[in-house]
Amino acid sequence: MSAPRGIASRALLVLLVWLIVYPLVLVLLTALKGEGGRWTLEFVRTFAERPTEWQALWDSLWISLASVALAALIGVPLAFLFARYDFPGRRVLGAVVALPAVLPPLVGVLAFLFLFGESGFVAHLVKRVFRLDEAPWRLEGAGAILLVHAYSMYVYFYLFVRAGLASLDASVYEAAASLGAGRWRTLRTVILPLLRPSLAGAALLTFMTALASFSAPYIFGGGFRVMTTQIVATRLNGDDALAMVETISLTVLALGALWVLRRSDARDAAAGAVTTGKGVAPERSRVTSPVARGALAVVSWTLGIVLLLPHLTLLLVSFVPTGTWTTEAVPPAYSFANYATLVRDPVRARPLVNSLWMASLATAAAVGISLAAAIFAVRRRTRAGAAIEGLLALPWAVPGTVFAIALATAFSVHAPLAARFILVGTLWILPLAYLVRNLPITGRAIIAGFRRLDPSLEEAAASLGAGRWRTLGRVTLPLLRPAVMAGATLAFVTAFGDFVTSIMLYTYDTRPVSLEILSSLRNSDVGVAAAYGVVLMLVSAGVFAAGAERGTAG
Amino acid sequence: MTEPFLVLDGLTRRFGATVAVDRLSLSLARGEILALLGPSGSGKTTALRLLAGFETPDAGRVLVEGQEVTDMPPVTRRFGMVFQHYALFPHLDVGQNVAFGLESAGIDRAARGARVADALALVDLRGYERRRIGQLSGGQQQRVALARALAPEPRVLLLDEPLSTLDPALRERTRGEIRELIHRLGTTTVFVTHEQDEAFDLGDRVAVLRTGRLEQVGTPEQLYAEPATPFVGGFVGRSTTVPVDVIGAGPRGARVRLEGVEWDVPLRAGAPAPPAGPAELLIRPEALWLVAAAPDALPAVVETRRFTGATSAYRVRTEHGAALEVQGVPGAFGIGDRVGIMPSRRAGGGLHLFPRDAS
Ligand SMILES: Nc1ncnc2c1ncn2[C@@H]1O[C@H](COP(=O)(O)OP(=O)(O)O)[C@@H](O)[C@H]1O
Ligand SMILES: [Mg+2]
Repeated sequence: MSAPRGIASRALLVLLVWLIVYPLVLVLLTALKGEGGRWTLEFVRTFAERPTEWQALWDSLWISLASVALAALIGVPLAFLFARYDFPGRRVLGAVVALPAVLPPLVGVLAFLFLFGESGFVAHLVKRVFRLDEAPWRLEGAGAILLVHAYSMYVYFYLFVRAGLASLDASVYEAAASLGAGRWRTLRTVILPLLRPSLAGAALLTFMTALASFSAPYIFGGGFRVMTTQIVATRLNGDDALAMVETISLTVLALGALWVLRRSDARDAAAGAVTTGKGVAPERSRVTSPVARGALAVVSWTLGIVLLLPHLTLLLVSFVPTGTWTTEAVPPAYSFANYATLVRDPVRARPLVNSLWMASLATAAAVGISLAAAIFAVRRRTRAGAAIEGLLALPWAVPGTVFAIALATAFSVHAPLAARFILVGTLWILPLAYLVRNLPITGRAIIAGFRRLDPSLEEAAASLGAGRWRTLGRVTLPLLRPAVMAGATLAFVTAFGDFVTSIMLYTYDTRPVSLEILSSLRNSDVGVAAAYGVVLMLVSAGVFAAGAERGTAG
Repeated sequence: MTEPFLVLDGLTRRFGATVAVDRLSLSLARGEILALLGPSGSGKTTALRLLAGFETPDAGRVLVEGQEVTDMPPVTRRFGMVFQHYALFPHLDVGQNVAFGLESAGIDRAARGARVADALALVDLRGYERRRIGQLSGGQQQRVALARALAPEPRVLLLDEPLSTLDPALRERTRGEIRELIHRLGTTTVFVTHEQDEAFDLGDRVAVLRTGRLEQVGTPEQLYAEPATPFVGGFVGRSTTVPVDVIGAGPRGARVRLEGVEWDVPLRAGAPAPPAGPAELLIRPEALWLVAAAPDALPAVVETRRFTGATSAYRVRTEHGAALEVQGVPGAFGIGDRVGIMPSRRAGGGLHLFPRDAS
C-alpha cells in the first residue's frame, strides 16, 4: 500500500525539480561556460567590471527599500485608522483602500500614465491653469517608479497590519492602560512590538515584489535601469551569458533579503505566539466631536477618491475613441468603439482568449500539484513531501524575470537525454511559466489549509468505510475549499495579468493581454489599451469577489 | 467459556524510543464493554488506534471472531469510532453525517433514510437530519458522533474519551444513556478514559494501563478489592501506601509492623505468605478507624478532615511522618488532635501487601 504512494511522491518531486530547479541550474551553467563548453569566469568578470551593472543592482536594492518605507508610511496609519476608529463611510472606504490590489502591475502603470503622464489628465489641468505649453514634469525615472510602487504596495501593509490588529486581544490595551501607560507609550511599547510579525511579513512581501517589479521600471524607467529591466535589455542585445550572470546577481539579492527577513521573522513569531490573545478585538473608538468627524470624513473621502483615480481614469480613457483626444483637458468624445473592437476584431479578441485559457490551465494545474504536495507533505509526512513543500515555495523567492530567463534557457534546446525539449515558441511555454509562478501561491494557501484540517476527520471517513478517493472528494476537498479558492483566485489573477514572464516567452499566437496592451500603447491606440486594462481590472475584481464568496459559503 | 469475540494479542507500538503500547493482550466476549483506564500518556489512544487500524502494530495481532484483521485497513475493518473531539464533518448536516458510513456500505438511498432516522432515534435526536453541525450543543454533537458510528452496524465500537469535552453535570447522565444504548444493541465496545468513575460506570470490565503496559484487567469490584499492583490500588479508588516490615504469619494473614504497632493483613485466598522483611502496605480509608489515643493504636495527629456522609475522611500524620487517610466518626476529632489508628472492625479488605520493589 505504501509503495505506490512512495512512487507518486517521488514522481512529483522529480517533476518539480525538472520544472523549477533544473532551469535555474542551467542558468548557472550558461553563465559559467564559454565556447566549447569549458568553464570560465569571463562573464562574471565582465559583469564585475561594468559600473552599469553595479548601478542597476544598487538601484534595484534602494528602490525596493524605499518602496518598503513608502508603503509602510501609507499602509500602517491607514490600517490603524480603519481598525481603531469609527466614522461615517468607514466600511465603504475600508474596501476602497484595498482596491489597488485589483490592478495588475501593467494596468496600474497604464493608469498612472493616463493620469500623471506628460499628456495625462493632471498635466492637461496644470497646463491649462498655469498657461504652460508643456507639462512641468516628466513621469520618468526613480520617482515615477516609486510612485507606482507606493500606490500598489501599501496594500500589503494595510492588510497585514489590519489582520494583526484584529488578532490583538482587547485585554492587551486594557492591561497596558491599567498599568498607567498612556496612548503613545502603549503604542510604542506594547502594540508595535506585538505587530512586528505582521510588519515583517508585509515588509518582506513588499521588498520581494518591488525587487521583482518589471512593469513600472520598463515603462517609466527611461535611462534609469534596475536589474530586471537590465536583464531584458542585455538579452535583447544577444549577450546571453552576461544576462545569466545578471540573473544570478538578482537571485542572490532576493535570497539574501529573504534570509535576513526570515531570521527576524522567526524570532518574532516565537515572541508573538506567547503574547497575542484569543483575538477579541477592542471596540472601535467612535469619533464624536462634530469638527473631528467632519475633518476625518473630508480627509478619508478625499483619500478614497485619490485611491480610485487610477481606476476611474482607466475607465474614462477606455471610452475615448482612437485619435479624438489631442490637446483638450478632458476628452471631447466618448463611445463604446474600443470595446466593440475587442469583441468584433478577431485579432484583438485573441489575446483575451489566450490569457483566459492559459491562466485557467496554469491555475488548475497548480491547484492539482499543490493538493498532491499537501497530501505528501502534511499527511504522509514523507521526506519527498518535505522537499516538495520547499520546492513549491522557491519560485516565490526568485523574481519572475529570472524564471522567464531560466525557462527560456532550458526549453529552447532539443536534448531529450538532458530532459530538454523545445517549448519556447510553442503554445506550451507560457502556461508552463504561469504554472511555475503560480505554484508558491496555490501551494502556500493549500498546504496551510491542509495543516489546519483535523486529521481525525479523514480517519473518521476511513472508519466509516470511505476509501481514499471518496474521502478526498467528500471530506478533504470540501473542507479545503476556502484555501483552494483563496489560492486559485490569487493565482489566476496573477497569471491573467502577467507581463514580466510573458514579455520574454510569448509568441504571436499566444500573445497575452498584457503584451497587447503594450503594443496598443506603442501604436498610440490609447483607448484600446485602456479597454484591455479595464477588462483585466474587472476580471481580477470579479474573480476575487467570486473567490471570497464561494470560499466562505457552505 | 465461549469463544472471545475480539482478541488483542501482544500488541506493541513504538514511537522512536517510547513504547506507547507494550505487549498488550486482552480479549472481549461478544457484546462486552471494556474500559481502557490509565493516566494521560499511558497509551490508551494508541491502543484504540491500533484496534481501529489507524496505526500498524510493530508486533502482535488483532482478531475478530478468530479471524485476523491486523493488516486490514480501517476502510474494510468495520469498526466504528467516536473520536475525542467527535470529528463530525462540518460541511455536512446531521443526516448526511450519519448516512456517510451507510453510503460507503452501498446501501441505497431509500433504505438509507430509514436507517439514518433509526440511528438518530437511538440517540434521542429524532428529526435532527437537516440541522447543521455548528448549530448543535456539545452533548448533541457527541450523540451525533455516536449515531454516525453505530449506523453502519459496526462489529466493534471504539470510543476515545467520549465524555471528556462535556461539562460534568451532563457527563454523568450521558454515561448512563450510552451504557444502556450499547447494552441494548449488544455491540462489543472498547472505550478509553482516564477517569475511574467513568470506567467503573460504563465498563463491564476495566483494563488498567500504565506506560503502555497492562497492569490488571477485571470487573470494577475485582480491581478495587484485589489490586494486582500498587499502581492499580493507587489509581483505582482512594488509598495511601506506607512502608512496613513483614515479621511473620499471624492468625488472619501476614503480621506486619508499622512504626511500632503490629497489625494482621489478610491475604488473598491461595496467595503465598510474603517473605519476612520490608514491604509496602496499601491502605484504603475504610480499612482503618480513628480512635482516641490508645496504647495499641498507632499514634497520629489530625491534619485535615473532609465530611463524606456517614463518616468523615481524616488526613492524619504519624509520628514518623507518614500521611494516611483514615475514616472516623464525623466531628469526633478536630484539626491538631492527637488520635490513634486501629484496623477497622469491619472484617476483610482494604489492606494490601506488596513486595517493596513492586512499584
Ligand atoms: N504519533 C505519535 N508520535 C510519537 N509519539 C506518540 C504518538 N502518539 C502517541 N505517542 C506517545 O505515545 C505515548 C502514549 O500516547 P497516547 O496513546 O496518546 O496516550 P493516552 O491516550 O493514554 O494519553 C505518549 O508518550 C505519546 O507521547
Ligand atoms: Mg488519549
